[in-house]
Amino acid sequence: MVNERTVNCETVWREISNYVDGEVEAGLRAAMDAHFRSCKRCASVLAGTQNVVRLYSDERMLEAPAGFSHRLEKRLAAGSRAPGRKWSTWAAWLVPVAALLLLAVGLRWASVEQGAHRLLSPHAQPGDKIPPDLQVVVAGDSKVFHLASCGLIEGKTNLRAMTAKEAIAAGFVPCVKCMRKYLESARRRAGPETETEAEVVEEMEQRGR
Amino acid sequence: MVVVHTMAELKVVANNPEHAGSAREPALIAQVQRGQNELFYELVRPYERRVYAAALAILRNESDAEDVAQEAMLKALAHIRQFRAEARFSTWLIQITVNEALMRRRRERTAMMEAIDDRRDEESEYTPRDFADWREIPSEALERKEVRQKLAEALASLDRKYREVFVLRDMEQLNIQETAEALGISVASVKTRLLRARLMLRDLLAGGWEQGWFSRLPFEKGTKPW
Repeated sequence: MVNERTVNCETVWREISNYVDGEVEAGLRAAMDAHFRSCKRCASVLAGTQNVVRLYSDERMLEAPAGFSHRLEKRLAAGSRAPGRKWSTWAAWLVPVAALLLLAVGLRWASVEQGAHRLLSPHAQPGDKIPPDLQVVVAGDSKVFHLASCGLIEGKTNLRAMTAKEAIAAGFVPCVKCMRKYLESARRRAGPETETEAEVVEEMEQRGR
Repeated sequence: MVVVHTMAELKVVANNPEHAGSAREPALIAQVQRGQNELFYELVRPYERRVYAAALAILRNESDAEDVAQEAMLKALAHIRQFRAEARFSTWLIQITVNEALMRRRRERTAMMEAIDDRRDEESEYTPRDFADWREIPSEALERKEVRQKLAEALASLDRKYREVFVLRDMEQLNIQETAEALGISVASVKTRLLRARLMLRDLLAGGWEQGWFSRLPFEKGTKPW
């Protein structure tokens, strides 16, 4: 004869959730089944627990606020279009790297172009076509060198004489008035595309307009 | 014909939305993984309410829950290539959502508040109430908004730790192990909390019957007294 296993109410309550989920071993399940047949209170607890599980697992209990689906769809659409979302992490690094590369190339190009471009200001024309041994004069704190006959140094003090080569080496630039013929001859020698100082000034004025 | 032996099996057969959409789901996943992001909403649409419910169970605030649900979906889209077919897509989605919601809650709550919640007694035995007269609430009653509302209120009244486990296990259909992993707690804790959540809800609904919550429902008297 086999002794039937018995359980009390406390054990049933402790195991009832596992029982509902089918996760009690066969011996315990049989004992609990027998207990439910004889204990009205535990049968009621079982029925109530099963009712709870059945009700809450129903799809109708999953409610979302009005408009939730629409708002979600919109946000997903915006998110899925956003660049980088579908890229892998390493690929996303390409963006800043490419940007830096472009910036570096651009700066280099600008630097080269700047060197080849004519200087728009007549005051910034280099003095490299002026005869190096030409005697020139600098006055006071001015950054410009002149011919001794230049009207712009009349009445100025602290005049110093030197060669054009020395003046250029010291950072002085040629006076656009008295050194005009050297500057213009330099432009003419540079080629037919080169504009005159007047043309440069005219172009600058047009840009200003 | 489908034969079911337990409530767990019954739940899966009767209520799992994946049964309706499973045929197309693997293809949709593959397409999105190949970069067809515009199909992602179609892929997640069957689970959007479950995602929202999971976020709401943890955050208890509708606005935060919606925001987290959207964030979780976007995160799932961003990491869709990491999804492996051996897992259920819905489970993967819910786990991402739970993680997002837990992170949001940690940001917004102090550690002290978390500790107070966690200190509440979970070890002592729970004694279910004895009701003289109570009847089963039939599933058809869920057609009525006020019934759903009462059930939602009863669920919302549970402590956080019980509510979270109950929602993930019984509403989101995660198994015990998945629930434990999603919440970062032990399997034993999941079982303990689930037992208590179910018994407390049973008592709350039974009490609601006594208070007349369901008095207008067309039950057959005496069919199944608790």
